[in-house]
Amino acid sequence: MITFSYSQLLGLVAPETILVLTALVVLAVDLLVMRESSLRDRFLVSGLFATVGLIIAGAWLLAINVPAPGAHEVVVGLPMLTGMYVDSALGRLVKVAVLVLTLCTIVMSLAATFTKHVGEYLALILLATVGMLFLISAEDVLMIFIALELTSLSLYILTAFNKRSLRSAEAALKYFLFGGMSAAFMLFGLSYLYGLSGSTGLHEIAARLGGPILDPLVAAAIVMVAIGFGFKIAVAPFHLWAPDTYQGAPTPSAAFIASGSKVASFFVLAKVMTLGLAHSGGSAGWGGYAPGWLPVLAVLVVLSTFLGNLAAIAQTNVKRLLAYSAIAHAGYALLGILANSPAGLTALVFYVITYGLTVLGAFAIVGLVEEATGEARLVDFAGLGRREPMLAFCMLIFLLSLAGIPPLAGFFGKFYLFAAVAAGGANLSLLWLVVFAIAMSAVSLYYYLQVLKQIYVAPSPAEPIALRVPAATRVLLALITLVILVLGCAPNLLLGYLLAAQ
Amino acid sequence: MNEFPLISVLTFTPLLGAALLLLPGVGDKGRARGTALAFSLLTLVLAGGLWWHFDPAARDLQFVEKHDWIPSLHAQYFVGVDGLGILMVLLTAMVTPLALLASYRIADKGPAYYSLLLFLQAGLLGTFTALSFLHWFLFWELSLIPAFFLIKLWGGPRRSEAATQFFIYTMVGSISLLLAFLALYLTAGTFDFIELAAKGRSGELARLLSSKLPAGSWPALAREQLPLVIFAGALLGFAVKVPLIPFHTWLPATYAEAPTGVTMMLTGLMSKMGVYGFLRLLLPIFPDQMRLVLTPLLWLAVATIVLSAFAAFAQKDLKKVLAYSSINHLGYCLLGIFAVAKATGSDAQWTTEKTAALNGVLLQMFNHGLTAPILFCFVGFLEARSGGLRGLASFGGLRKVAPVFCGLMGIAMFASLGLPGLNGFVGEFLIFKGVFPLVTWAAALSVLGLLITAVFLLTVIQRVFNGPLNPQWTGLADLSRRELWLVVPATVLMLAIGLCPQLLIGHFNTTVMVMVEHLKF
Amino acid sequence: MLAWTVYISFLGVLALMLLPAGNARAARGVALVTALLGFLIGLVSAFGFAPERGIQTITRTAWIPGLGIDYYLAADGISVTLVLLTGLAAVAGILFSWNIEHRAKEFFVFYLALIAGVYGVFLSFDLFLLFVFYELAIIPKYFLIAIWGSTNREYGAMKLALYSFIGSAMVLVGLVAAYVTAGSKTMDLLVLAQYPFPPALQNWAFPVVFIGFAILAGLWPFHTWAPTGHVAAPTAASMLLAGVVMKLGAYGALRVAMTLFPLGLATWRNEIALLAVIGIVYGALVALVQKDFKFVIGYSSVSHMGFVILGLVTLNTIGMTGAVLQMFSHGVIAGLLFGVVGRMVYDRTHTRDLPELEAMRLNKALPFAAGTFAVAAFASMGLPGFSGFAAELQVLIGAWSAFPTYTVLAGVGIVVGVAYTLRVLQMAFFGEAPEPVPEAAHPLPPITLPERLGAVLLIATTVLIGLCPRLLLSLIGPSFQSPLFEHVLKGGNL
Repeated sequence: MITFSYSQLLGLVAPETILVLTALVVLAVDLLVMRESSLRDRFLVSGLFATVGLIIAGAWLLAINVPAPGAHEVVVGLPMLTGMYVDSALGRLVKVAVLVLTLCTIVMSLAATFTKHVGEYLALILLATVGMLFLISAEDVLMIFIALELTSLSLYILTAFNKRSLRSAEAALKYFLFGGMSAAFMLFGLSYLYGLSGSTGLHEIAARLGGPILDPLVAAAIVMVAIGFGFKIAVAPFHLWAPDTYQGAPTPSAAFIASGSKVASFFVLAKVMTLGLAHSGGSAGWGGYAPGWLPVLAVLVVLSTFLGNLAAIAQTNVKRLLAYSAIAHAGYALLGILANSPAGLTALVFYVITYGLTVLGAFAIVGLVEEATGEARLVDFAGLGRREPMLAFCMLIFLLSLAGIPPLAGFFGKFYLFAAVAAGGANLSLLWLVVFAIAMSAVSLYYYLQVLKQIYVAPSPAEPIALRVPAATRVLLALITLVILVLGCAPNLLLGYLLAAQ
Repeated sequence: MNEFPLISVLTFTPLLGAALLLLPGVGDKGRARGTALAFSLLTLVLAGGLWWHFDPAARDLQFVEKHDWIPSLHAQYFVGVDGLGILMVLLTAMVTPLALLASYRIADKGPAYYSLLLFLQAGLLGTFTALSFLHWFLFWELSLIPAFFLIKLWGGPRRSEAATQFFIYTMVGSISLLLAFLALYLTAGTFDFIELAAKGRSGELARLLSSKLPAGSWPALAREQLPLVIFAGALLGFAVKVPLIPFHTWLPATYAEAPTGVTMMLTGLMSKMGVYGFLRLLLPIFPDQMRLVLTPLLWLAVATIVLSAFAAFAQKDLKKVLAYSSINHLGYCLLGIFAVAKATGSDAQWTTEKTAALNGVLLQMFNHGLTAPILFCFVGFLEARSGGLRGLASFGGLRKVAPVFCGLMGIAMFASLGLPGLNGFVGEFLIFKGVFPLVTWAAALSVLGLLITAVFLLTVIQRVFNGPLNPQWTGLADLSRRELWLVVPATVLMLAIGLCPQLLIGHFNTTVMVMVEHLKF
Repeated sequence: MLAWTVYISFLGVLALMLLPAGNARAARGVALVTALLGFLIGLVSAFGFAPERGIQTITRTAWIPGLGIDYYLAADGISVTLVLLTGLAAVAGILFSWNIEHRAKEFFVFYLALIAGVYGVFLSFDLFLLFVFYELAIIPKYFLIAIWGSTNREYGAMKLALYSFIGSAMVLVGLVAAYVTAGSKTMDLLVLAQYPFPPALQNWAFPVVFIGFAILAGLWPFHTWAPTGHVAAPTAASMLLAGVVMKLGAYGALRVAMTLFPLGLATWRNEIALLAVIGIVYGALVALVQKDFKFVIGYSSVSHMGFVILGLVTLNTIGMTGAVLQMFSHGVIAGLLFGVVGRMVYDRTHTRDLPELEAMRLNKALPFAAGTFAVAAFASMGLPGFSGFAAELQVLIGAWSAFPTYTVLAGVGIVVGVAYTLRVLQMAFFGEAPEPVPEAAHPLPPITLPERLGAVLLIATTVLIGLCPRLLLSLIGPSFQSPLFEHVLKGGNL
């Protein structure tokens, strides 16, 4: 129905295009020119190219052809397949956030020693990013699936990138097997949706499924899709891969999985649920149960926040601890979708962006410690506050933000999520979820404090191993810390844009 | 009201002395006692001035000072004296120098001891002049702190227990008193004793109490019983202080363990705080409630008189004998007060009897305040000579080695048991004169107490002064000049009051008549 | 100008962070100057404050306009009183921690951060802002105890942190419910307090928020953090904990829980009063049998804070005024007690075991400490002439008109309070050693000048307020006339 030209199309998917080109350039440069250089130089040069590409893509998103707030501009679609690529103001902001997270990941990797395949490594990161960008724009189940697989496949490989480590391989295999399974579930569920509605566009699906009465097949589809996404975003009970993967993967990869990919996945999950199944929500209100995807997600929230937080308490390895806490945080983030409202979406986006940044920073520090001591056990952090006051302070800010202590970004994110979900049900019927989540969040302070206790309270070991902290990482950490502090004190700096983009 | 604030100056003089003594330099060894004595004598002079300028015929309060203190609570700094107040002020001013003099032996006391003693005096003076509850309560409680430390730091071997027991018993009473008065404040909206008394007389207070306290808070109680509960709370506060049996158990140990000077203050003055409370607060504010439970109260008073006399009789320790005898003597005061509260109608005859009884009570307060400290002082002298021994059986025949000591102490003893011609007689006589027609049975029973008192005091005289001389004490020194300076003026005073009680009664008779008028039912 | 109490404390934190590590003297100096400035600002503001004008805005700007959240600082007489207390406790605490050498810079960083948060709570009238400041205080507390504490410090610190956090989680639930119910448009306390929340909501939200706050105020049976926390904490931290942090809880209960949900308050006040009274008696009884000097003071805090809670739920001006005065008074007195125990005694004798102290007869070795503690003990008993009396008196008057039975029980609590205070005073300082004390090989170091200054400052305050309570009452009393408390006071007469 809508006519288009390829130049127009390329213009609109320019950021993704730029990134694909960048990935190719990085591959080529590293392969052809830098073969003989030192690892460090190779990372620097390739990283520089990647950075330039990311910045150009970001600049494009922010500056060129910005759609008016609220306007959905459907640009790609055959008559049957509308909504393949939707350019919206909010989507662009999320994309920029993903690009920033990618950039951070690359900066983190600059001093990496775990691989010699610099070009491939960076190119894969960029390709995964491309997948995420498409994911953010997609409002069509087919497109969503393809983009998701592009991201996932890249991430599987990134997880396995430390070829010297058996753990890395094990982590990747686990991740891959679980991922493949989840893809199957998701595809199964999506196919039902298509079969029932005859369309792959989310809006059409919603329109044709219609009414609040739930078809058993739709119910099956909802469950399948929830399982599929549940694996991707690592919510309980589909989280089993996460701790091993986070622990085994090279630190930048783990950070990327925990940050960038989460942002994109949550955003698209929100779309699938709130747009594609707009009328099949049911209700998760206290005493007002009605079948639909809301109760399904509510179950996931309860399980994730409960299992994630309790399991995290028992961890002695900080990476695993962060992994379990990530499961819990995925649970909180789901609340934003449960709110089923524009405010909920905004809260979700704010939350996952700040969470992504925080967890990235935390992983970076954990990675540094792990590199020095070989493992990232709790005791390896002992006395860090005396040895590396700056890193320690950054870690303090990150962990407290994760725990949701004001005035840090994590606190406001949680508050906004809770407010949004409480407003989501009539008569505070969803408040029980808030109560549960807040209670669990109180539990979380315990294990975050366990880490901080090691850092600040415990004495240094007799012969501490010095940390090797690259200057770039130091700057990166300082910046992230600053952002988290500033966003906590003045959330409006980000929230203002998000609200304006609604 | 714009006169010279004599009462405030009077109250704060010892306080100033107490503070000065703590300054380095002033309170150095040797000088401390002199300084303290100087301040207490200055206070005595001021009290004398107050006595001199007091108009015995005036029915109203005199030397009144009134300032806002805590406006939001309608609490005032309100002082003034009537005949009762001025009597107590005079007594306080007289006993304190004696107590200071009696403390001369205390070696390592230093300035702190004398400072605390003066502090105690200030607390007492404040208590006897304050006329608004909060302000009065401030002094009432503050006098506890010095007393506690004086016992705790300078007392006998079991001083810790004694100090603690004393403090806690008194505090229990104080707190129940405080709670009671807070309830009164809540209903009447004032802490002013005069206003409270006016409301108490008119019965308004009781009415307000049962209406303003939330209904149903004590389901077991009828509304009319609430004022009674409040009265009981206040009663407990004073009953502990006097003490009334069975709230007396703190007293013997405390009196026995405290150093002599402090015991003098305790028995002479602090026990009067309790009786004063009965006269100033309970009788005017709760006349109806008092009448409701008159019979049990009278029984308590009788028990106090009789049982304490028996207890004193059974003691082996001179100080404990005196301690129980002190309880016994104050029992007469309470007997008089309770009897006066009896509903009799307003016949002239009853008025006379009541006036007599109340006059007796006041006189007895003064007399006991003078006699009991002197007796303790004598025991203190004895203890100092015997190296701490004060058992009834440890001595004997002292008359032979220390005739002056025995003679003077004998006078004090006879004053205490109420020999005519000495001060004790007049007070007790007046009390019995009033009480007999009012409540004959109680008076009759109490006479038993009088009898036993005579018996045990005479026993003491016989066991300690007479009989064969215990060879251990052949070298016992008689009273020194310094000690004579202490006891002779007091003895003279006992004689003077015994012969001419009008000296005192003239000053408080008007007040007593006003009180009795207010009691007319 | 009051807002500068917050800013100056944060500036102090920054200044300290920029100092080189290891320079303890400079750190102390900076901290003391900061605290003094905060105290002076509070004092000057208090003198110029006109309490009868109700709640006075200090500064207000939109903060998160999308959610209707403002940066809104204001003050009424209650705020000013507690700001004064904070300043006082802060200065005294620094004077009493003059001997901190181990990681001194960090110590004072956490210390001032805590102070800043506390000031912030007392001045915030936007609930979001208030909550931010409220939680800000949790983490510094944890580190102050965990790093510089003594007995069982890590346990005590963690327990305190978790209790605080659970309490604030409960508060958050209530706040979110209120915010959402009122239309997600504003967090302004004054606006929300006028919003007619449905009774059903109030009936569950009130206890949740009230207890959430009251956990920090040591309300029985949620008090168990208090003794362990106080005991584990270093001197200055226990002074702040008892002196100020517990007041945060009581303040929040009054300012937020009671004003937002007056109907819920009317429903639950009897139960709360019962808990308060149990706290009074229980705390006192437990204090009576402790062997550790600091535990006695810790439990006594529980007991005294019971009066605050009891006063608050009397719902009459006199009782509530008394409660606020009691917050001030207990802050000063508890600060003093902890100062003596932690700094003057423990840092010198290295024991807090009462039987051991009894054998030392400290009144001979440390007469100044003995004198200070005696004054503090009498003040703590509630003897007239000290601030505690003026406060408890009003609480009791208020309680008579609301809960006569509980008033009598509270009286029992006071009596037990007298008993344990006297006991600890005797055991710790005026011990009766069976044999004369052997001359110690190392005589205890004398009391230093900063300690004397701190003690004199606090004693002077408690006596001044005890003799002249109207200085503060004239600030506190009129505050209850503001529209904010209109429903609260009416709630009592429903």
